[in-house]
Amino acid sequence: MNKRSVSMTINGTTHTHEVEPRLLLVHYIRELAGLTGTHVGCDTSQCGACVIHMNGQAVKSCTLFAVQANGAQIKTIEGLATDGQLHPIQDAFWEKHGLQCGFCTPGMIMSAVQLLERYPKPSETQIRHELEGNLCRCTGYHNIVKAIQYAAEKMAGK
Amino acid sequence: MATARVLGASIKRREDPRFLTGRGNYTDDVKLQGLTHAAFVRSPHANARIRGIDVAQAKAHPGVVAVFTGKDMTGVQSLPCGWLLPELKIPAHPPLATEAARYVGDPVAVVIAETQAAARDAADLVQVNWDVLPSVTATEQAAAAGAPQIHEVAPSNVAFNWQIGDAAATDAVFKTADVVVRKRIVNQRLVANALEPRACAARYDAATGDLTLWVTSQNPHVHRLLMTAFVLGIPEHKVRVIAPDVGGGFGSKIFLYNEETVCSWATRQINRPVRWTAQRTESFQTDAHGRDHVTDAEIALSRDGKMLGLRVKTVANLGAYLSTFAPAVPTYLYGTLLNGVYTFGAIHCAVTGVFTNTTPVDAYRGAGRPEACYLVERMVDAAAALKMDTAEIRRRNFIPKFANGFETKVALTYDSGDYAGAFDRLLQMFDLKKFRTEQAAARQQGKLMGVGFSTYIEACSIAPSKVVGALGAQAGLWESGTVRVHPTGKVSVYTGSHSHGQGHETTFAQLVADHLGIPMDDVDIIHGDTGSVPFGMGTYGSRSASVGGTALVMSMNKIKEKGKKIAAHLLEAAPGDMDYAGGQFFVKGSPQKAVPFGQVALTAYVPHNYPEGLEPGLEETSFYDPSNFCFPFGAHACVVEVDPDTGGVKVVRYLAVDDVGNVINPMIVDGMVHGGIAQGVGQALWEGAVYESESGQLLTGSMMDYALPKAEMLPMYETARTETPTPVNPLGVKGAGETGTIAATPAVVNAVVDALSGLGVDHIETMPLTPERVWNTIQAARARK
Repeated sequence: MNKRSVSMTINGTTHTHEVEPRLLLVHYIRELAGLTGTHVGCDTSQCGACVIHMNGQAVKSCTLFAVQANGAQIKTIEGLATDGQLHPIQDAFWEKHGLQCGFCTPGMIMSAVQLLERYPKPSETQIRHELEGNLCRCTGYHNIVKAIQYAAEKMAGK
Repeated sequence: MATARVLGASIKRREDPRFLTGRGNYTDDVKLQGLTHAAFVRSPHANARIRGIDVAQAKAHPGVVAVFTGKDMTGVQSLPCGWLLPELKIPAHPPLATEAARYVGDPVAVVIAETQAAARDAADLVQVNWDVLPSVTATEQAAAAGAPQIHEVAPSNVAFNWQIGDAAATDAVFKTADVVVRKRIVNQRLVANALEPRACAARYDAATGDLTLWVTSQNPHVHRLLMTAFVLGIPEHKVRVIAPDVGGGFGSKIFLYNEETVCSWATRQINRPVRWTAQRTESFQTDAHGRDHVTDAEIALSRDGKMLGLRVKTVANLGAYLSTFAPAVPTYLYGTLLNGVYTFGAIHCAVTGVFTNTTPVDAYRGAGRPEACYLVERMVDAAAALKMDTAEIRRRNFIPKFANGFETKVALTYDSGDYAGAFDRLLQMFDLKKFRTEQAAARQQGKLMGVGFSTYIEACSIAPSKVVGALGAQAGLWESGTVRVHPTGKVSVYTGSHSHGQGHETTFAQLVADHLGIPMDDVDIIHGDTGSVPFGMGTYGSRSASVGGTALVMSMNKIKEKGKKIAAHLLEAAPGDMDYAGGQFFVKGSPQKAVPFGQVALTAYVPHNYPEGLEPGLEETSFYDPSNFCFPFGAHACVVEVDPDTGGVKVVRYLAVDDVGNVINPMIVDGMVHGGIAQGVGQALWEGAVYESESGQLLTGSMMDYALPKAEMLPMYETARTETPTPVNPLGVKGAGETGTIAATPAVVNAVVDALSGLGVDHIETMPLTPERVWNTIQAARARK
């Protein structure tokens, strides 16, 4: 299969590779950029374990080809903490026990970051609705909702 | 200075920072030099003979390293079944099917290539010449006359007939009972759906003969033993199995599967590492499924609501082959729990296990106990529908509070319980009288509300080896624990339990820090690696804290005893006069005459001034075999609203009172209860694996087709606990991993039935209670009126 050149900035570092046009962005991130914090859970865009930010938008990286991200600014879970300080949402998930096996967590957090950017003071209903694209099989969502509420309060207090 | 006790405290998890920052190390994340990728060729048919397999085109595909079929795997044995029942029919289960495929997804060949994409492309080029045969997937039809015969060794597709309880006594009770209620209860097939798909990576080192397998396993030693001793015939000590971070299991990662077996064999053929990671459809098709019972149940009662007898006939679908522990689930983990929390006079249960052309069925969260609990709690409600409130009939039948031993009618001795106590606590949180008033008022306005109770019991801390051995287990079910004290007094703990979300790195550290009186930061927990951990049985059946934790307590007791000898020597005191508390060895009655833990540790490794005849070093290993199961219990309530026009069910409130004995970390226990409830509600309302009857195709083969609970579908849970310590182990802990799943399903279904009770509905035969099913139930009830 003919390869194409693709270049993108992931967490501030530029990556350039020759890839098959059919290569999914999530596989590019995991295998070529070597960032395995972004997970693949379902292959059909239901589970949201692969959510990353592309040009500031939360997207499922299993639903994009790597070539579609040519020139894009990508942020993954590995790029969320700054200077060794957890992002308030990461910290809130820790504080409120919003994770168990940890597999959905990176995607869940990347979605939650966008959620609070859009709705800084979300209601419980709003949080649950906005998490429509993220599945968790461990927590029953209770503590994930609590974590996002807690993060919203912390971030508003800043 | 007094410090807060770490045991019993909601301490934040130490494993979280790596998961929160994307630094987890799951099997698919493991980086290996020279890695190749495997793709499996699977049967698209439910039942088909293999006339031939042509791999020429696939082999010629660019990037392909090797293609293997079952015929290449000479000398490789059948995947074993680890639990035998009398006259159990055990069909051959080759890692790659050679003669015939028995379910959609049954693997017949593997393609190994330089990239995942090349492997998958080439897998499509493998030509299998199929002779497609008729298939049977439905539980009830498997043993029917004329059903396609799946295995020669199992006439009529029957794997076993099993029974428990006293048939004659039960018949006698039913003859004289005032009231008998009969119901058919279908406990549908589920798919575990741990969010991390199953995966493995196998690496053979020809120079040393060592094989390392990374695998999504809840029990790496069990994987290693089964694979080496029974299937591949390679020496156990030359194989290291690592279960790194594992993204949920719920039972589905206990078993030895085809794929890790094939990859471990293949790496030795090609002398390069081989990795396979399931696509989600492969997970749906090949992860062991759960439940799938069809039951005819009868309950006998006296006129005043006393439950006299229970008679149960169940057909359990085992799928196409016997998965690792499949025979145990619908028998000893099911029939033995039918006593519930009630004082039945007699019980009898007969189970027929059948083969079908479906994915093998094995333990899924709760494993047998959810099926038993669902049956008992549904039957209690169906009986109450005669005229008694569902709370009242429970109260009249609870086993009275006991602290040490209650013998059931189905071969178990419960450890300790206060079933009415848990129910009382629940009804403090939920005002039943007020609800009934609201419910009646709502009905006047055409609105349907209902409450369902579930006063459950389960058996966990599996299990006394001698007992399970007598019942057919081919394994012991003890647990190991090593406590290694380093010369500086820091401690490494090696447990045979495995954490795949349970938080052992935190809870076991709490346990060890508390018992040794040292800071948690001085304790590390190591698990999931046969290269470092002593042989252990792993994590399932809510056994880690009670069985694994007790092994650690035993090792710490040995450490303390040895430490006392060392400290006594240093203090020139008698060892018998020594005590240990707060990280200090001291002379009883003279706490100022003390030696700190760290000094004892150093002395053990630098034994210059040391007791005569005592071995140097400070490290102990223990193997704990429990004397009994532990029996957590509790009372759950679910409140639902049912839309009479659409049949849609909304869970409005969910309340849970659980008694799991003593608690190590309340935050973690609550979290497991939450997640368990979500899975139980999922079974009641949304989840179900569906096969198309003609073709045997799995219709629910992706997350687009199988409805997993989402955040929006669930409420906040209102949880509380009673604490009745178990006398079985020194920690008094029972087990908390499965209670929510066991309790929730009947609570939800009972709530929906209660909501529809005004229409004359007292039962809905089949879950999940989708809007369509509920709407049809409403229409049928209205038509009857």
